[in-house]
Amino acid sequence: MSKTTDVNRRQFLASAAMLSGGLVISFVLPASAKQLRKLNGAAPTLYFTPSAFLRVGVDESINITLAHVEMGQGIWTTLSMLIAEELDADWKNITIEHSPAGKSFLHPAFGLQITGGSSTTWSEFDRYRQAGATARVLLVQAAAQKFGVKPEDCRTENGMVISGNQKISYGELAAAAAALPAPASVELRKPEQWKYIGKGVKRLDAPDKVNGSAKYGMDVHFPGLLTAVVAHAPVIGGKVSSFDATAAKAVAGVRDVVQIPTGVAVLADHFWAAKKGRDALKVVWDAGPNADLNSATQMATYKKMADEKGLPALQKGDVEAGLKKAAKIIEAEYEFPYLAHAAMEPINCTVKIGDNKCEIWTGTQLPGVDQAAAAAILGFKPEQVEMITPYLGGGFGRRATPTSDFVTEAVHIAKASGKAIKMVWTREDDMKAAYYRPAFLHRMRIGVNAAGYPVAWKQTIVGQSIMAGTMFASMIQAGIDSASVEGVNDSPYTTALPDSYIGLHSPEVPVHVLWYRSVGHTHTGFAMETMIDDLATHAGKDPVAYRRELLKDHKRHLAALNLVAEKSGWGKPLPKGHFHGVAVHESFLSYVAQVAEISLDEQGHVKVHKVTCAVDCGLAVNPDGVKAQMESGIVFGVTMALYGEINIEKGMVQQSNFHDYKIARMHEAPAIAVYIVPSTDKMGGAGEPCVPPTAPAIANAVFAATGKRIRKLPFANINLKQA
Amino acid sequence: MAKFIINKKEYEADVPADMPLLWVLRDIIGLTGTKFGCGIAQCGACTVHLNGEAVRSCVTLVSRAAGQEITTIEGLSAASNHALQRAWLEEDVPQCGYCQSGQLMSAAVLLRENPNPTDRDIDDAMSGNICRCGTYPRIRKAIHLAVKLQKEGGIK
Repeated sequence: MSKTTDVNRRQFLASAAMLSGGLVISFVLPASAKQLRKLNGAAPTLYFTPSAFLRVGVDESINITLAHVEMGQGIWTTLSMLIAEELDADWKNITIEHSPAGKSFLHPAFGLQITGGSSTTWSEFDRYRQAGATARVLLVQAAAQKFGVKPEDCRTENGMVISGNQKISYGELAAAAAALPAPASVELRKPEQWKYIGKGVKRLDAPDKVNGSAKYGMDVHFPGLLTAVVAHAPVIGGKVSSFDATAAKAVAGVRDVVQIPTGVAVLADHFWAAKKGRDALKVVWDAGPNADLNSATQMATYKKMADEKGLPALQKGDVEAGLKKAAKIIEAEYEFPYLAHAAMEPINCTVKIGDNKCEIWTGTQLPGVDQAAAAAILGFKPEQVEMITPYLGGGFGRRATPTSDFVTEAVHIAKASGKAIKMVWTREDDMKAAYYRPAFLHRMRIGVNAAGYPVAWKQTIVGQSIMAGTMFASMIQAGIDSASVEGVNDSPYTTALPDSYIGLHSPEVPVHVLWYRSVGHTHTGFAMETMIDDLATHAGKDPVAYRRELLKDHKRHLAALNLVAEKSGWGKPLPKGHFHGVAVHESFLSYVAQVAEISLDEQGHVKVHKVTCAVDCGLAVNPDGVKAQMESGIVFGVTMALYGEINIEKGMVQQSNFHDYKIARMHEAPAIAVYIVPSTDKMGGAGEPCVPPTAPAIANAVFAATGKRIRKLPFANINLKQA
Repeated sequence: MAKFIINKKEYEADVPADMPLLWVLRDIIGLTGTKFGCGIAQCGACTVHLNGEAVRSCVTLVSRAAGQEITTIEGLSAASNHALQRAWLEEDVPQCGYCQSGQLMSAAVLLRENPNPTDRDIDDAMSGNICRCGTYPRIRKAIHLAVKLQKEGGIK
């Protein structure tokens, strides 16, 4: 979701209701409070609700309602900090919850309810501070009336309004504050007054996550709830021909077996019985039209497609003429496989259908879309479907499925069986019945001048569109899905040249594809940053110096690059057998540069010892949170470089679990040092921009070690000394 | 009826002998802090202690677990105050948090058996636990910090 995409999305959603940020003053029990009460069994409390994001209870409780979900990226803490910055609340009284689905919680920039695009902090920076500031203004006004003083003679501290020697708590003021009219506008605190922003606080979700009390979708339970495990077609797009449930129903604890559009579900008292029932089920599958699907032959087809130039994603001058004039042409072809998100919490969804309502508990990045999809199946209005979002055990894009695949599957099971069910996918189901980062091919022909700098750039990209066929399809402009070309057609390397052509082919392949942490940049960042390194080599120039020259008018790229070069000791001697590689890439409005330090063992396998990282994300609201995301993205990038690969043969996904879809482990995680560029430029994201530079930095370090370029991911099992 | 001693409390459950302990804990007893990640002892999210040893509860059958002393994340400490839990908070280790129960249970055995682990020891003891959020560098730091806290505070 690059800048371009954001703009497109705004255009696409122009007709959608956009939240004005208008303030609703009320004295109500909002839907989310009802949820909270349901969970806690507590007595109802009256609340001062200055906005949808905040309520102050007469019992001194402060509740923050998050319009975005916590999936590890830290917004539970960062959004709460923004409110706390303005409210002067007593931290110990703060509770935090995810919002229900609802118009109040639409993304301020994207216009639908979504957690994604590394956008939470920058998009909510004003709205959440305003929520805190508005509450504070009204609480102060209420106190001033009580004290018989002017509001400007009051100050706030730790959940109290104080004037002279009088003080009164927020809880005691809640009822009076709720009766006051909303201020037309509020003044936000100046940066020099900030107590939390730019400094940070400890993660507010961590205490629940170190003692097992944090609740995920997988942990939902209530009396009468059955667990459902589903038999899916082994071949992508396959269907049930017939099934025999006799053996499944004979398993102790199995209560029902129902057919649904995507397979056959076995319902049981608990997971183990449901899984045994599923394993005992006899299903005859109709493989359907995809039984010959093969990802290796598909890549061969992509190579043929790349012989044609494709639809223009960027077209400047005359690239063929530019290439003819070039002193030298450097060519390369890159291959990227399908990738599974493989969040630690396997996909699951709990559904309880009542007479006029449906309750759904699931970890989702798209609650509004899921709500509408569920309602459509049930013949309900969306508001009859209540979405309850526990913590997400990882998302990485998989829990933002425009088709609501796992929610609709669970709703079908509940509807067909007439029972409340928790649908649980095994890890194998999660790996095989999945949506993937599409496989991609890049073919590049770069013309350089006598000094070795690019003058003409031709690049053909082949891969499935993630937007095609979804509710986001109208974001495809003139045949170009920006998520396929972001990082190339907007790169400072390509846009500056007189002659360039970035062509795109978007073949239709019956494999479900989806955004994936850092989306198109997962492959474009690799192709661009290893190619630039290659150009530097051909030019006989140092990789950092060469990039500095190309990026001389891009101060934020440069700032990150210079900082990482300094902090990594670029160009200084390394331990024997150790080598450095560098990469710098912009994505999601942030600029990240990384230097990887590697060595090769006797078998020619790479060991990543250290990654040094510099990031310019504008103001870092929660600096340690930004660092944590950089670390996270680097380890994610190590996995992508070394292991990430989904293969399809005879229409079947070959990988099944963590033994054949490996994830970097403790002994493979590099030491990581993160440095934040002091910046007052436009705020960007953190959760995704950390990913793209890692794999190319490692590959460039491998080149430094071996003199050989890596053009295909992953490479853990390749003898890089011989490759 | 199988008997279980979990976090020093006794439970009885009518469960088949081939049922993994993980599902007894989660679906029968309601201790959901122990997580399901892979079901084949690859990820470590389900790690608990059986007679003090770290085991993968997803492949530890009722027939082996019944009658034995089992400790889950809920029983790691009385008030979330194990040196590792305090260190995890201090280093802000968790992200999505789903794997952290298992990480802590593995680290607790490491620390008990090796009160002063090297980075290599940490690699060896913790490489069975996957974290997709990549919190490994912080886990490593937190284990080293817990060593310090343990020495200073005499925490078990």
